[in-house]
Amino acid sequence: MLKNRRSLLILTLLLAIGMVLGACGSSDGDSEDAEGSGSDNSNGEEAAGDDFSVAMVTDVGGIDDKSFNQSAWEGLTAFGEENGMEKGQGIDYAQSTSDADYNTNLNRLVRSDYNLIYGIGFLLAPAIEEVADQNPDTNFGIVDSVVEKDNVASIVFKEHQGSFLVGVAAAMKTESDKVGFIGGVDSDLINKFEAGFRAGVKSVNKDIEVKVQYAGAFDAPDDGKAIASNMYSQGIDVIYHASGGTGNGVFAQAKDLKQNDADRNVWVIGVDRDQHEEGQINDTNVTLTSMVKRVDVAVQDVSTNAMNGEFPGGEVVEYGLEDDAISVATTNEEAMTDEIKTAVEDWKEKIVNGEVEVPSTIDEVKEFEDSL
Amino acid sequence: MFSNRLVNILIPTISVFLGLLVGAFIMLGFGYNPLTGYLSLWEGAFGDSYFFGETLRQVTPYILSGLAVAFAFRTGLFNIGVEGQVIMGWLASVWVGLAIDAPMIIHLPLVIIAAALAGAAWGFLPGLLKAKLGVHEVIVTIMMNYIALYTSNALVRNIISDGQDRTDRIPETASLTSEWLAALTQYSRLHYGLLIALFAAAIMWFILNQTTRGYELRSVGFNQDASRYAGMNVGRNIILSMVISGAFAGLAGAMEGIGTFGYQSVKGGFTNIGFDGIAVALLGGNAAIGVVLAALLFGTLKVGALNMPTGAGVPTELVDIVIAMIIFFVASSYMIRWFLLKMKKEGK
Repeated sequence: MLKNRRSLLILTLLLAIGMVLGACGSSDGDSEDAEGSGSDNSNGEEAAGDDFSVAMVTDVGGIDDKSFNQSAWEGLTAFGEENGMEKGQGIDYAQSTSDADYNTNLNRLVRSDYNLIYGIGFLLAPAIEEVADQNPDTNFGIVDSVVEKDNVASIVFKEHQGSFLVGVAAAMKTESDKVGFIGGVDSDLINKFEAGFRAGVKSVNKDIEVKVQYAGAFDAPDDGKAIASNMYSQGIDVIYHASGGTGNGVFAQAKDLKQNDADRNVWVIGVDRDQHEEGQINDTNVTLTSMVKRVDVAVQDVSTNAMNGEFPGGEVVEYGLEDDAISVATTNEEAMTDEIKTAVEDWKEKIVNGEVEVPSTIDEVKEFEDSL
Repeated sequence: MFSNRLVNILIPTISVFLGLLVGAFIMLGFGYNPLTGYLSLWEGAFGDSYFFGETLRQVTPYILSGLAVAFAFRTGLFNIGVEGQVIMGWLASVWVGLAIDAPMIIHLPLVIIAAALAGAAWGFLPGLLKAKLGVHEVIVTIMMNYIALYTSNALVRNIISDGQDRTDRIPETASLTSEWLAALTQYSRLHYGLLIALFAAAIMWFILNQTTRGYELRSVGFNQDASRYAGMNVGRNIILSMVISGAFAGLAGAMEGIGTFGYQSVKGGFTNIGFDGIAVALLGGNAAIGVVLAALLFGTLKVGALNMPTGAGVPTELVDIVIAMIIFFVASSYMIRWFLLKMKKEGK
């Protein structure tokens, strides 16, 4: 009996394997069409490559990070639509899963004969530097960092200006006179956000306390949630996050608090894109505003220039409030009262006029605070 | 019909095959053509000399981290801390590379030894705790990973550099990079570290299989009580195993530090070299030659996978699923082993 059952089991397994192998065979049959279409594809790419083609390499955040990688790809897509290109035909992206992938991805795109290749994020700066050296005939763009090479355009933003303005909004919104800042990785770039925010808050009311904490990562929503929980329980009612994916945890915590107690005063200020959607809970929204950084505008702008033969190689292209590449979102009309909006507009004018010099480093913001 | 040795080779091979097969079905299920998918993976790994160089570059740290995990496994220890030991080795290699000024013949060996020592030190502590106090090495090593990550970040930011996100590039005298190899592979980042990795594999085989100490280490792995009864010092062997394992991991870090990158940066997360090393060791059956072959496979998959989205439109996540499937089948090798043994019996 036992032996019978065993042989039955073996028979079943054999049958299963047979079917699996059979299915494999049939998929082999498909392959010829597949290969045909595959080579068609590559022909198509070459055809598009005769003109002008642009590609980008994401950092580890990936193309769907709801932040600047996504924004950059939106800019490239918009550029493609304008010029009749689509993904794989004139525009494309490569995603990186670790630091080691940056060089490989950049080189792969160089080999595919793209005319202009972007590295999205300061993490790619060393890779761009190396690859740009080895491939002087290809143009590169680096976002959020500066690489001094003739074939590299460095795209940077005046995030401190936008952060200053959301700081103004935070200062006017807070009732406890305590606001918080959550940064991703403690770095020059994120310090720029911190400096602008602190200066903005203190410009409205220098008695408001700003608590600053860095999560140490851009992809740790759990850490973001823990830090936010800690801050909110200390009486902080507005948190500005500049931490990419980590910020999703900040939104989650704010929404949890709002869910438990609808009258509780908790706000989050988003970053990079208008993060209004992330803050939606029931009928209310915890997103006060967002510091919008239009990476898409910049990418589209530089691509268009490059296509017209005006690639800003070796230059640092800086985008700020005056180009509308940095702005403050007003999607949450209930929370952004007219009073706040007017104040933000006033300060914006002062910054654009040069009346106010917004600090962009920690040292500068300390000086700025002392001078108040 | 099948010898034991053949079974040991067949199981990982079948696992890889089944993993690729299931991966193909998943691709089909999501409307991608698995053949163009795998073809572009192949192209991405071996398409031309550049990609071949990059594949070998990726294989190098995998061999060493795989050896690190495998070595501890053989003594019955599960070293999850390879990741942290890699980071410490990376840090040490770059730090010593920057701090000291010497001709290459002194500088390079010094840097490599520093990396091995740093990794060994990071392995020593969990080994000591396990041997003396019986604290489980898995818990300690997991925690040590985080300590390594944040220690390295703090040191890079505050001590080695001046508040920067990464250190300076190490001088040529401490670097494993070679213009000759780069020119041969159209500027890939292939470096001489591959030779070190292969040499390390030979050393592991020699220690475990040709020395008395290796015999003791393996014996402790099989049965601690029996080893103690036979007069072996179990505690000392546990510590030694963790130290050697950590040294391999530290070398893996050096491959990245003075080979691939040439600097250490503030890291937002783990490198995954150590964690992938667990899979490499598992697939390689914890033997030196097996680890080398498994690392070759993993390096190919990792580098080739980058080409799948651009080459065939297949998302990278699917490649992770294929890798996970392979590990799943290796881990459930009992199933395959049972089946093979069955066939063996029937054959008789």
